[in-house]
Amino acid sequence: MSRSLVFALRNTKEIMRDILTLVFGVLFPLVLLILLSAIDRSIPPQAQMTLFEINNLTPGVSVFGLSFISLFTATIVSKDRCTSFILRLFTSPLKPSQYLIGYTLPLIPVSLLQTVICYLAAFALSLKFSLNVLLAVAVNIPVALLFISIGLLCGTVFNDKIVGGVCGALLTNLSAWLSGTWFDLSLVGGTFEKIANLFPFVHAVNAGRFALSGEYLSIVPELLWVAGYALVIGAVAVIIFNIKMKQD
Amino acid sequence: MYAIKTEKLTKKYKDKTVVDNLDLKINCGEVYALLGVNGAGKTTTIKLLSCLVKPTAGKAWLMGKSIADDETEVKQLISISPQETSVAPNLTVRENLEFIAGIFGFSRKEAKKKADKMIKDFNMAEIEKSRAKTLSGGWQRRLSIAMSLISQPKVLFLDEPTLGLDVFARRELWRLIDSLKGSITVILTTHYLEEAEALSDRIGIMSKGVLKAQGSAQELKKKAGTESFEEAFVKLAESEVQL
Repeated sequence: MSRSLVFALRNTKEIMRDILTLVFGVLFPLVLLILLSAIDRSIPPQAQMTLFEINNLTPGVSVFGLSFISLFTATIVSKDRCTSFILRLFTSPLKPSQYLIGYTLPLIPVSLLQTVICYLAAFALSLKFSLNVLLAVAVNIPVALLFISIGLLCGTVFNDKIVGGVCGALLTNLSAWLSGTWFDLSLVGGTFEKIANLFPFVHAVNAGRFALSGEYLSIVPELLWVAGYALVIGAVAVIIFNIKMKQD
Repeated sequence: MYAIKTEKLTKKYKDKTVVDNLDLKINCGEVYALLGVNGAGKTTTIKLLSCLVKPTAGKAWLMGKSIADDETEVKQLISISPQETSVAPNLTVRENLEFIAGIFGFSRKEAKKKADKMIKDFNMAEIEKSRAKTLSGGWQRRLSIAMSLISQPKVLFLDEPTLGLDVFARRELWRLIDSLKGSITVILTTHYLEEAEALSDRIGIMSKGVLKAQGSAQELKKKAGTESFEEAFVKLAESEVQL
């Protein structure tokens, strides 16, 4: 087994054995999905409020759930950095690229699993199965990479105490408020909507909604926003990680 | 060939010289203790020798490999047991051991075999399935050292290995370090003078980044002209000249 895979396997175990992963990664988004579906059932059709309909809600909640992936990534990176475990790792023959692969790899299946669980729960709440659901799940892969990149960056820059606040509170709130999941951004409009559109979160949710509704051509421009952010943030994380590794 | 050789190894942070023209020659299989008060430069010396920080000037070789030019080879030869216990908290004892063997390039089968040996040698059979974070400080330290040894290093750096341990756990680790003599070169940093005296073949006394004196405990007492090793340490550490 390659060194990257050995490191990835260790990280997978560290993440999956943390109770926070289960609570925030799976249970919390599920509770939100169920609650908001219940609210949707109470909204009279005359209100013409479609935001919490399961087709609109599921992509939003799945993206919100993925924001916790940043927390998991940042937590493991910063905990390693802030303890003497990093001395053991840095005096081993692992190379910088192997660290980054090792930190990133385990979170891709975790993200996929999280998305799949979210969609399975949505089936129980009236979402109809179609091949578009599979596409919506696949669309979340670049979104997961975006949140992993943010986690790598935060874990590299901040210590394990700050990471909880930045990724656990700030990022999850930011991604929720600016994603158009909980309220229609166009209803707020103005500067808020413009700012929200400059961030990748609303585009990540839109990509999932377009996938689910079969508007395939509309997916690409939305995903370009997500991929662009993921690439830039990922590159910055790699550069800073390399600098920190060589830092005295 | 020396296990460790340094020539005028120097590390400066801005205007502060942390390690100053260090010349060391440490033989293979030797247990060498670095003694000094806080800020003497011991930990920085270990960081320099284990390629964690780059020297400002000077050179160093481990088993003939340069820390500047052969970093990957050096890292394959060394292992470090840091001051704080250094284990993966959510992994079991066995998983921690197999993980380290894996990142040093051993196959899964070899890693398992090596973990078996470490578990046997360190009497950890009872706790092999326990997660590291649930272990007592003494067991965690023991695991930490076992993790440092599983890659079969030629040079082992032990930074304050018995710090915070009770007297029984400390004695147990002493026995362990003693058993390594002759097979692995051990560089030990410690604040406990009796530990250095009991375990080391030679002791280097550092103060303000300078190696003030080195030799066996007996030789150092003789150099300082004192009866006790503690007195010798104080006298030599405070001395203005290198002895």
